[in-house]
Parts: sequence; structure tokens; C-alpha cells
Amino acid sequence: MANVVAAYCLLRRSSRKLFDGRQNLNFFGSIRFVNSGLTYNFTRTRELSRQDVCYSDQIVSKHICFLRASGNGVLTSFPRGEGSGFQIHCRYLASMASTPVRNKSFSTVNSDDIIYFKKILGEKGVVEEEEKLDDANTDWLRKYKGSSKLMLQPRSTQEVSQILHYCNSRCLAVVPQGGNTGLVGGSIPVFDEVIINLRSMNNILSFDKVSGILVCEAGCILENLISFLDNEGFIMPLDLGAKGSCQIGGNVSTNAGGLRLIRYGSLHGSVLGLEAVLANGTVLDMLGTLRKDNTGYDLKHLFIGSEGSLGIVTKVSILTPPKLSSVNLAFLACKDYTSCQKLLSAAKTKLGEILSAFEFLDINAMDLVLKHLDGLRDPLPSSKHNFYILIETTGSTESHDKEKLEAFLLQSIESGLLTDGVLAQDINQASAFWRIREGIPEALMKAGAVYKYDLSLPPEKMYDLVEEMRGCLGATNG
Amino acid sequence: MGHLGWTDLWCVLIRPPNKASRLCTETASMRIMVAIKRVIDYAVKIRVKPDKSGVETSNVKMSMNPFCEIALEEALRIKESGRASEVVAVSVGPAQCVDTLRTGLAMGADRAIHVEFPGTLYPLSIAKILKALVDAEKPGLLLLGKQAIDDDCNQTGQMIAGLLKWPQGTFASKVVLDEENKVATVDREVDGGLETLCLDLPAVITTDLRLNQPRYASLPNIMKAKSKVIKKLTPQDLNIEIRSDLEVVQVTDPPKRKAGVILSSVDELIDKLKNEARVL
Repeated sequence: MANVVAAYCLLRRSSRKLFDGRQNLNFFGSIRFVNSGLTYNFTRTRELSRQDVCYSDQIVSKHICFLRASGNGVLTSFPRGEGSGFQIHCRYLASMASTPVRNKSFSTVNSDDIIYFKKILGEKGVVEEEEKLDDANTDWLRKYKGSSKLMLQPRSTQEVSQILHYCNSRCLAVVPQGGNTGLVGGSIPVFDEVIINLRSMNNILSFDKVSGILVCEAGCILENLISFLDNEGFIMPLDLGAKGSCQIGGNVSTNAGGLRLIRYGSLHGSVLGLEAVLANGTVLDMLGTLRKDNTGYDLKHLFIGSEGSLGIVTKVSILTPPKLSSVNLAFLACKDYTSCQKLLSAAKTKLGEILSAFEFLDINAMDLVLKHLDGLRDPLPSSKHNFYILIETTGSTESHDKEKLEAFLLQSIESGLLTDGVLAQDINQASAFWRIREGIPEALMKAGAVYKYDLSLPPEKMYDLVEEMRGCLGATNG
Repeated sequence: MGHLGWTDLWCVLIRPPNKASRLCTETASMRIMVAIKRVIDYAVKIRVKPDKSGVETSNVKMSMNPFCEIALEEALRIKESGRASEVVAVSVGPAQCVDTLRTGLAMGADRAIHVEFPGTLYPLSIAKILKALVDAEKPGLLLLGKQAIDDDCNQTGQMIAGLLKWPQGTFASKVVLDEENKVATVDREVDGGLETLCLDLPAVITTDLRLNQPRYASLPNIMKAKSKVIKKLTPQDLNIEIRSDLEVVQVTDPPKRKAGVILSSVDELIDKLKNEARVL
């Protein structure tokens, strides 16, 4: 009982907007639990802010120390009944001795369902072949594998709505899937949920050259959007290593940060509107294209970062910044983590408006990348450094930016913040530096089994986590 | 066998024992000149101007020609091995060439010469200017990239070797200077494989892709480069008249690749091969 109260209080606290009667969201009227002997916790997968931790510690049972076990709690919504309420089945994917058990109240897919889906989506939209399902069932890190027998590929919002309405009525569990590049197992089914993959919804709907507002479907691959915008003289406000496969719908649903967060902010600021389909098939059209729109409650923010638990995002309207011609990249070396932090504040002050990326990696990461990936060489081969920093500046005037960057770097070396560094002289060298940073997940995968957790921590505590984990695991594992 | 008297032995001992040390003082004064060109960055997507007179160069990232980078890297390696005393980078072009020369200085060149000329330049004019510079600076070795990635001419190195009447080793994938700096052994990448040549120095060598991997410009070197000298000259200073014998009439995009067609039967394939492609 205490857990039900906990769930209710936490949901209530974290999203007051959910209970707004005006929006006719009757499915939030009742929240029920299925108690199958496990202890549940609610936490947004990415952010373990101090407030949430304290609050939950008070209410939720003490032996779920989710910070220390650094596990993931994932909220998945399974529709139930005709809008009479929906259940939240919570699973806890940590290394605790509790395996999730399939909820018996969810049905299994039968041949009638397949016939119905084929009627809506056509033959091509319904995938039952083992091979293709294998890929869709396994996550990018090859750590988790679901056992879904059916994947659907709708081509329009209407089809998504029909599918979800049907699944709701039949009580079939679903999992929305985009590029399947997530590193924490959130995009694959746990058991045999129907996979709804949005890769066929990859049209760019409109682009306004004056304001830079792009409207596209959720299945557009990020790299394709970047190339399209490149022709128009704009760029996407987010950039990640997975851009070749990740889809914008997934990025929005997971509130992806990426390399340019420091310059363009998070998706909460860049996404101007979206269209989503709720669990019972209702289409919520929040696809505004205005920079400022204060009419009604701004529900889109709930969907950004909700990881598909509130609805499937089908269209996105995003504000894109103009492409600036002068890009400079410096690969630097520091001796300890305190210098890295000081360098960050110095960079923000001295480089100011032209700073567009600031990434750091430590020597173990660097060694792994150089060992496992081909065609990369150490930009600073003369000696081993403890920490490496990548600073990127983007601006409109080459000479002004270069001068500013060189002055800043000279000052940093003189004050002892930096021990060494190189400046990329052309785009090829810049790509090589970025490849080192973006290749870390790939190198980790080749190095062996990986436990990957996406944690947000205050900058001053970031490296403490690494040192503590090293202490727990032993120095050799690094 | 005669007797070796004391006087004979004395003469033997007096002869300079180490051949190399005598020649080191001679070879240490060898200067290497490297010609570099400022071109549109290799990774930039090229756009043709709407009036088809050329390619868009305004607001586009420019950097050092990749082959020139390789040439400069080779020069620096030769200097670091002790066989040269100075590396001079030269460039001919508009005022912004100074940026490219600064990159060259940041990589490690000792000084730079910029011959300023804002108009279009063709390989023969460049070769003539380089000849004037070579006559003034008297390097023992002239290194260039095999071609520039904007015009793909692959002519400057050969032309200047002709003007100077120096031997040339083009498309070099390996360069080895002998101890006395009299002969360079160059492996050339040719269509049939690798050709090895021995060139008497002074010579012209143009570099190919697999010669080396250019170094990154480190911050300490970038700072040092700020105080290095870039000498400014004009073609008039060198008594060269830039005259172009060529005129670019039109620049167009290559025709877009047509999409492939998926055929449904062998008969259709035969029909297409017969009637459309006319190969059967």
C-alpha cells in the first residue's frame, strides 16, 4: 500500500500538469499497480537529481539504493481497457537478484491480430521474420534481448493511431522503437511486446528558411536531417555519435543531450512542437511552429524525455540554428580533474559566444579508443596525459575566432591549466579528433562486456564517481 | 711489403678520421624550400557558381593543400634527422595565403615567403615565380605536393624542374637522402607499381599520399610561429610578368548519376541490353 501512495505522490509531484481537467486526459484518472512480489521505484531514467533521491529515500523502501547500485528504473505503460485507466508496470534493470516477470494480464499476439495489422499496414509493414526481429530485439550494446514475435512499421500518424487503439483494446503490450541506438536497453522489448518501429516515417514535412524551423516525421535519421539542413545553411541543434542511425523521434523522447548542448541547450528549448499518439490511439496535435506560444499548458515538455511511456512521438517541429562557417577544434591535455573544471569556466568566460562543444576524456578512455579503433592516432604523442579535453568553437568570422581561441589557449598554458594541446588545421584533422571522442562507446564494446549508465551529475562530482567505481571494481578493470 | 716508418704512421693518423663529421658541416647548411598552396578544404562540399564561371570560394573553409602538407612534413622530418638546417615555406596567392603560411610555420617551418598576387594563377606562372625564389634562396631541395586539389593540374613540380634544369622525382612515396646529401633515392608510385630513382641534388621532389602522415600543429609551435618571419614580395619584385595563356570558359557540375532500375525478369534485361544499351 505504501508503494501505491509513493507512486501516486511522486507522479503528482513531478508532473502537476498531468492532472489538468481541461485537457480531458481521462486515462490518468486511476493508477493501479500489479503487485508481483517485487519492490518498485519510480525514477526518471536519466536524471537522478538530489531532490528525487531524498524524496524517494523517505518513501520508497530502504533497500532500493538506486544511486549506489546505479541501476535503471524504466517506466513502461501498457494500455488496458477502454480508457478506464492504465497500468504502470515498472521494471528495475539492475544487477539485483530480481528478474522481471511478464505481467499475465497482457495478451499474446495471435493470428487474428496479424491479419488485422496486415490490413492496416499492408504486407510490408508487418515484420515477422526471425532475422529482422533479432536485430530489433537486441540493443546496441548486445546486452539485452527481448523475445518479440512481431514488429510493425507504420508509415503515418493515422496508422500509428490505429495500431495503438487496437493494441489497447486487445491489451497487447507495445514498445516504441526508433534507431535502437540507446545504450541502456530502453528501446527493446522485455518480453514479447509488439515493437512499433518508426523508421518508415522519415519524411521532412517543411522547412522555413527565414526562421529555421524544421517540421519532420519522427523516423527521420539525424544525419539525414543534418545533410538536408546543410544544403539550406542550417544545422541541427543536437549532434551525437549515433547520428548515423538514431531517429529524431527517439532523440526527442529521450531528451538526448549530445555534443552541442553547451551551445544550443537541451531539446526542451529547441523543440517547438510535436505530435504524439497516446496509448489508446488518441492523436495529440501539439505541433506548433511558433517560437513563443503561451496558449494552454505546454504539454510537449512531458513527452520530451518520457521515453515513450506517455505516447509515441510521430512528428517534431524543431528550431534549427544557422550554420556558421568558422569552426575551430582544439585537442588539449590537462593534468587533473580540477584543471578540467577550471578550464571549462575559463572557456565559458573567455570564448563566450563562440564556444560550441566541451568534452573531456581520461587516459583510460583514450588508450581504449586508440587500441580498438583503426586509423586513429594520438594527437599528443609526446607524453601521456591524465585528461584530454576537446574544445570546439563555432562562429561567423574565421580570423576573429582563431585569434580568440589562440589567446585563450596561450593564457591557459601560461597559467598552468593546460599542459599541451594541438589545433586542428583542416576539417580532416577535426574529424579525426571528433572520431576519438565519438568512438569511445564503440571501443568499449570491442573491449569487452560493458555496463553503461547515463548519469547526470553536477560537474564537480563527475569524476568522483569514476574514482569510487574504480575503488569498488579494482584498479585493473579501469 | 715495405716498412712503414714513423713518418708514414704519422700521416695516417693525421687524416681526418670521421668522414661524416667533415661533411656534416657542409650538409648542415642545406636549405629545403617547400611550396604550399591555399585551397578549398578537402572535406567541403563544392558548389559551382550560378554563372558557371567557377566554384564558390567565398565563405568557404580554406586550408593547406593536403599534398603540400605532406611535402612540408617530409621537409621537417629531413631537418629533424639533421640533414637540413632550414625549412622555408613559400606560397603565391592573395593576401589570405598568410594564414596557410602561418599553419606551415606552426608545423615547424623556420620562415616563410609570401608572393602576393590576387588574380588567377596557372602552374607556369607559379613555376616561374618559384624559379626566381630558388635563384635567390638557393635551396638544396625543392619539395612540392604532386598536385593541388582544386585544379588537379599536376604540372608545377615538373615545370619548375624543367626551368631550373634540375632532376625531378614525382609522386614520391619514399624519399631517402644519402649521408652526403648528394643523392636522393626516391620511390615513385607509377601505374605499374613502384619505380625507384636516384636523383642528384639539388632536385625537385613532388609528394604523393603515402609518403607520410603530417603532424598536428601543437600549441607551443603555434605560439612560436607568431614570431617567425613572413617575407612579403610581389611578382614585380622578382621581375616576373604574370601572363595567363589559358582562359577558363565554363565550369559545370558533372552530370548526376542516374538511379538504377530494378528489372522484374530476364527477358526485360535482355530487351534493355539490346534496345537501350545496345550491347547485344
